[in-house]
Amino acid sequence: MIDAFPSPELEVPTVVAHVSLTVNGKQREVDVEPRRLLVQLLREDLDLTGTHIGCDTSQCGACTVHVDGMAVKSCTMLALQAEGSTVVTIEGLAPVEGLHPLQAAFWEHHGLQCGFCTPGMIMAAADLLARTTEPTDDEIRHAIEGNFCRCTGYQNIVTAIRAAAAAMRPGATAASAG
Amino acid sequence: MTTDMLGQRVKRVEDQRLISGRGRYVDDIKLQSMAHCAILRSPYAHALIRGIDTSRAKAMPGVLDVMVGADIPYNPLPMAWPAGGSAGLQNNVNTPRALATDSVKWTGEGVAAVVAETPEQALDALEAIVVDWEPQPAVVDAEKATQPGAPQLHENAPNNIVFEWSVGDKAGTAAAVDNAEVVVRQRIVNQRLIPNPMETRGDIGLYNPGTDEYTIWMSSQTPHIQRLLLAAFVMGVPEHKIRCISPDVGGAFGSKIFTYADYPIVLLASKRIGGRPVKWIEGRRENYQSTIHGRDHITYLEIAGKRDGEVTAIRVKTFANLGGRLSTIGPGIPTTLYARVLAGCYKIPNVYAEVVGVYTNTVFVDAYRGAGRPEATYVVERAMDLFANEIGMDRAELRRRNFIAPDAFPYENPSGLGTASGGAKIYIDSGNYEPALDKALEMAGYAGIEQAKTAARARGKYLGIGLSSYIEVCGVAPSKWIGAVGEGWGAAMWESANIKVHLTGKVVVTVGTQPQGQGHETTYAQIIGHELGIPMEDIVIQHSDTQGTPFGYGSYGSRTSSVGSTAAIKAADKIREKARRYAAHMLEASVEDIEVEGAEYRVKGSPDKKKTFQEIAFALDLAFDAPEGMEPYLDETAYYDTPNCTWPFGTHVAIVEVDEATGQVELVRYVAVDDVGNKINPMIVDGQLHGGIVQGVGQALWEGAVYSDDGQLLSGSMLDYAIPRASWLPNLELDETVTPSPVNPLGVKGVGEAGAIASTAAVANAVNDALKPFGIRHLDMPLTPQTVWKAMQTTKGAQE
Repeated sequence: MIDAFPSPELEVPTVVAHVSLTVNGKQREVDVEPRRLLVQLLREDLDLTGTHIGCDTSQCGACTVHVDGMAVKSCTMLALQAEGSTVVTIEGLAPVEGLHPLQAAFWEHHGLQCGFCTPGMIMAAADLLARTTEPTDDEIRHAIEGNFCRCTGYQNIVTAIRAAAAAMRPGATAASAG
Repeated sequence: MTTDMLGQRVKRVEDQRLISGRGRYVDDIKLQSMAHCAILRSPYAHALIRGIDTSRAKAMPGVLDVMVGADIPYNPLPMAWPAGGSAGLQNNVNTPRALATDSVKWTGEGVAAVVAETPEQALDALEAIVVDWEPQPAVVDAEKATQPGAPQLHENAPNNIVFEWSVGDKAGTAAAVDNAEVVVRQRIVNQRLIPNPMETRGDIGLYNPGTDEYTIWMSSQTPHIQRLLLAAFVMGVPEHKIRCISPDVGGAFGSKIFTYADYPIVLLASKRIGGRPVKWIEGRRENYQSTIHGRDHITYLEIAGKRDGEVTAIRVKTFANLGGRLSTIGPGIPTTLYARVLAGCYKIPNVYAEVVGVYTNTVFVDAYRGAGRPEATYVVERAMDLFANEIGMDRAELRRRNFIAPDAFPYENPSGLGTASGGAKIYIDSGNYEPALDKALEMAGYAGIEQAKTAARARGKYLGIGLSSYIEVCGVAPSKWIGAVGEGWGAAMWESANIKVHLTGKVVVTVGTQPQGQGHETTYAQIIGHELGIPMEDIVIQHSDTQGTPFGYGSYGSRTSSVGSTAAIKAADKIREKARRYAAHMLEASVEDIEVEGAEYRVKGSPDKKKTFQEIAFALDLAFDAPEGMEPYLDETAYYDTPNCTWPFGTHVAIVEVDEATGQVELVRYVAVDDVGNKINPMIVDGQLHGGIVQGVGQALWEGAVYSDDGQLLSGSMLDYAIPRASWLPNLELDETVTPSPVNPLGVKGVGEAGAIASTAAVANAVNDALKPFGIRHLDMPLTPQTVWKAMQTTKGAQE
């Protein structure tokens, strides 16, 4: 019925571009194809596999990282757009031996099950807590509505973020992170 | 003395790696010289393949190999639950091949695979493959597909019928319906859903030419079963030459139980390119088109009874959409797991269900969280509301009136669970339904709901309340019963555990079950710590690798806590018994005189004469002084086949408000009282309930996989498929009753699916209740603003 489709010209140009950026406090120099996404640079070129890919339409938020202090879905940015930027991923949120109050609170309050959405969820929550020290539950729920979780029904995530906010407020003791 | 952690809200062992970005999901694994695979999928729902030209793709940069269906030397994928096949019922089995050869039956069926140096090169090369398609007419609706003149999918399945199956007393139910004072009839659609674990599926295949062995890393719930099925049914490779490994699995909800086409593809691809590992990672849109969907029933319901509220019969005819070809256990879901529990927690004497399994030009349908039981619960709980409204009885009162009484257990269900030949019966083990109902009503403020409705009216809202009293079948299942009446289920259902105690007293437990977020590394350690009297920190739980773990049937059907845990307890019993015998030897006492408390083994009456578990493990490992006939080392394996399933129950109550102007439904409150028996870790139980409830709420209000009439998946990405978001939900209010299961030593039942089974009906009942003033009797899900608003307009406003 259909003999053949017209032959598209599909020769992919082998252009390589260069990106300089700071990731988790380290200066990194990476050669990438221009189409490479930031999330691919992090996962494939820098082996930072804590940042996950859960969809291909920028809905799920599993790839959320911080770029110049803002939560960004790293699948929505070309790696080249991160030129000169400072990027923080889940691996860089706290020192290797320690936990960020959000990480401690997610652990304490069972804010994760399969863990796949967790890094992006924590990075989105960290962005909220950088802007607001006493978020209401409503504000928390809106702040993470771009991050899907299919396991927890979000309830313990909200609890964990609320607890982390309390722990991070000036005057709080470290122990209250739980 | 070590603190006993069994039953405590213990923080999870798994979490440290997962919160710090150091989990290890399939896509996080990089192997040396790894190549990448991409699969070309059909853009048509139904088409003949006249030819495939791969020559240009093969010449693309980085391309190592291109395969089409004719290159695959394997059998089609297996189908392990033919639903009455053994009983001689009509059963037309068509399963997918690794790559389709002559025709495609749904949009997304794979037809060619490219292997390249990078994922991008593989995807680029897909674009250069030319397929000569001959499109065919398509059908996506299960009921329409059975009607004369519908497009036909398979020559061996006239009218697209996979099977026609029934259960229950046909004549008796017909008589009960015909003679009833009241009969309510309703057509009910349980819409198609997409499971949506946050991690899509993916695999890495590795063939070793030096040993002729295959290894596959897979995001699977069932690595042991996959090894068996790939070896014996698909590839024809000896079972011991395949190793399946599931690393961290990012959610599954049933969708990762099955045998998928990409497993043989990546293994064959690795062999064809000389033993380099080959990775395939499913994109999300690909996940929507090539991993199973759930539900998709059209049901004609009749419920009959007396005006005083006694329900005497329930009868259904259900069209179950099974997709273009059959998934691994697709036919078992709308039969055994649906129709046999149709009467739920009610004593309904006459039950008859007729189920027609149907091929359509859609993705195959199989087990999604709850698998059959949410569909059954939705039918019976909508039926109870419709019946109560018809006779003018309070909906809670009608449920109370028809509950199976607490002294009726063990209870044989009339829709067939107990009708096995050969004495292999299962029965509802235990239950006490009324206290859970009462507690839920109390928490929800049911008595004051009319005032709440009036108050809402003043704000332009219509408030509704919905109940869902449910039972669940967990802990599948006695192998004997499965063999006798499992509708042709082709497997046993026992579980396994091995415990090894190192010289230092540290313990390694390997199990045949496979977690996907449930926290098994924590709960098994709580149990073994309790059994052996040692700290959880001294125990590691290993799983999910067919090399190094005992065979197990995997984790689904909420079976790990009841079946898997009992296997672990039996292994611990054996360890304790051997340690006790050796303690007797060390303490120069008879075995009968050794009493065990926690980790202490001491001589009765001589409390100073004692050895610790660690001392015994040390001595028995060195075996310098082992008695004649005693093997060194503490290493025991146990297998456990459960005598019955377990039966959680409860009542959920949803309160919704419908906006008069927009039809927007807000879930205002959600109360759940569940009885899952004893709890190993209440924190994890709560988490399972939260997640299950929200998935069920998603079905009631937002989710739905939508196909166009010609078979294009319109809800083809997360942009179009409405996954519940945090801002759409209230805080869930949980409580419990505790009726321990008599089936297993822990008295546990299972909780993975309970939330999803109960919540859909509760929310749908609440919305239908809110719309009662409009004269609306029943609306099909999802109850989106568009659906609700249109219905409100059609009835021209509230009638009071």
